[in-house]
Amino acid sequence: MKGHVNSKKKKRQYIGLLYILPWILGFLIFQLYPFISSFIYSFTNYNMTSNTEFIGLKNYIDIFTKDSQFYNSLKVTIFYVFMAVPMKLIFALIIAMILNIKLKYVNFYRTIYYLPSILGGSVAVAVLWRFLFADSGLVNEILSFFGIPKIGWLSNPKIALFTISLLTVWQFGSSMVIFLAGLKQIPKELYEAATVDGVSKAGMFFTITLPLLTPIILFNLIMQMIIAFQEFTGSFVITNGGPMKSTYLYAMKLYDEGFLFMKMGYASALSWVLFTVILVCTALIFKSSEYWTYYEDGGQY
Amino acid sequence: MSNKKKRQIIKDVLTYIFLTLLGILMIYPLIWMFFSSFKSNNEIFGPLRLLPEHVIWDSFYRGWNSGQFTYSLYFKNTFMLVIPVVLFTLISSTLVAYGFARFTFPMKGALFSIMISTLMLPNAVIIIPRYILFNRFGWLNSYKPFTVPSIFACHPFFIFMLVQFFRGLPKELDESATIDGCNSFTTLVRIHMPLIKPALFSAAIFQFIWTWNDFFNSLIYINSVKKYTISLALRMSLDTAAAANWNEILAMSTLAILPSVLIFFFAQKYFVEGIATTGIKG
Repeated sequence: MKGHVNSKKKKRQYIGLLYILPWILGFLIFQLYPFISSFIYSFTNYNMTSNTEFIGLKNYIDIFTKDSQFYNSLKVTIFYVFMAVPMKLIFALIIAMILNIKLKYVNFYRTIYYLPSILGGSVAVAVLWRFLFADSGLVNEILSFFGIPKIGWLSNPKIALFTISLLTVWQFGSSMVIFLAGLKQIPKELYEAATVDGVSKAGMFFTITLPLLTPIILFNLIMQMIIAFQEFTGSFVITNGGPMKSTYLYAMKLYDEGFLFMKMGYASALSWVLFTVILVCTALIFKSSEYWTYYEDGGQY
Repeated sequence: MSNKKKRQIIKDVLTYIFLTLLGILMIYPLIWMFFSSFKSNNEIFGPLRLLPEHVIWDSFYRGWNSGQFTYSLYFKNTFMLVIPVVLFTLISSTLVAYGFARFTFPMKGALFSIMISTLMLPNAVIIIPRYILFNRFGWLNSYKPFTVPSIFACHPFFIFMLVQFFRGLPKELDESATIDGCNSFTTLVRIHMPLIKPALFSAAIFQFIWTWNDFFNSLIYINSVKKYTISLALRMSLDTAAAANWNEILAMSTLAILPSVLIFFFAQKYFVEGIATTGIKG
């Protein structure tokens, strides 16, 4: 009997390894190797033309002491992430809540709201944004129709980053669909029980809906944050980092150093600083999530 | 009771009005882009009217043929890049997902965790060594930096998505297939693949649209105009449009998003399915 259990437990199907072999190779060659070597490059002056030398921490020291654009682009990026991601998720959650009420034509609205998120990252839409928010573009024309003075959506350094963030918020549809799927999972009995107990609609939102949705919010928050930290196309095509470097996102800085000036060692160091920032933010969110996420199985996820 | 019913109706109407206005707000930019490609340059930055006063028919023709090469080439290039990437991604991701979902082998848990964690690995941190590596292979200015990684299942999102679908298939299927004389590969091809067709379809359209819209990687790896994809061509038109042929640029932008929009409307339910089962991104 015992032997039988053991043999079943130890049943190895090595053919499974054969099936995942493409991924193992791909992971080693195209992910792990670049990951490790970018760390090594970050301690060199690699630039594809002259000889490569180890220069110790010089890249990192230069980044933190000499490179004024580094602080600017980091600041811009953090502003962007903290503006765009919460706006997008809160908006997605609100709309998902509305669509979750039993309404007809929900699928129609869901389709319409979802469309921008499949086009969002494209150059074509970035081009469109440039037109819409130009000083005499459509948005300002509409505003002046209502007697509101023109706004320098893309020409005012204080506003341009917000305009880029709007492009991100416009793509709220994908997060909305995920929230909608999560809302459908919440058992109806909970709401029925709460109604019997005389809980108000708002009370239900804070005691049932929101707590049960927190794992999905956590997951969305982290994925969206990681994507937002690397945002490139929007600012590159719409504003090219301007005006006055007010939309000079970190990914643009990375692109300029690595692929325009070919300072690849330096750019590798920059990428590791970004990686550290993302890692710290992710860790902080995870750590804080112990206090605000709810798992039905008590966290054994 | 009737009062309550009345209130409910008013609430519903207000909700519909809000949802419709929001829908218009979301879609209007795209509609505006389409109609503006028929406007004169003065009209694009001017009156609020959506429909052009004087319809300009040739902006598509002139935009298409502007520059050194025509957009026929850029469209062809984009298809030459996107279609192999989609096919290779489907094949490799299916094999890998099948391996993870159906077999027990040493280190499986650890490997699966690694695969999942690469979902969160920022592209920014590996892009420079990748570029150097592809340069050494002599792959720059070709589509190999896109196609070869897709042969090796470097898109963990799709592996994860397909694993979820494979797990939804009963194991008894495999057992009865084995009894009927299938080996593991023929089980995959004959039994599983037909059943996960919807998942494969969603994976295909996601990968199509993401690769179609990709800009950053194309910008880095492709440098001769002859090999430009649509994203790069659009950006080039934008740079060289000193003469301000805005309607031509909008016309080409409209064409650039057209394949994605068409696929989206025809294959709508697969999008929602794909996103809802993985719950990841889009």
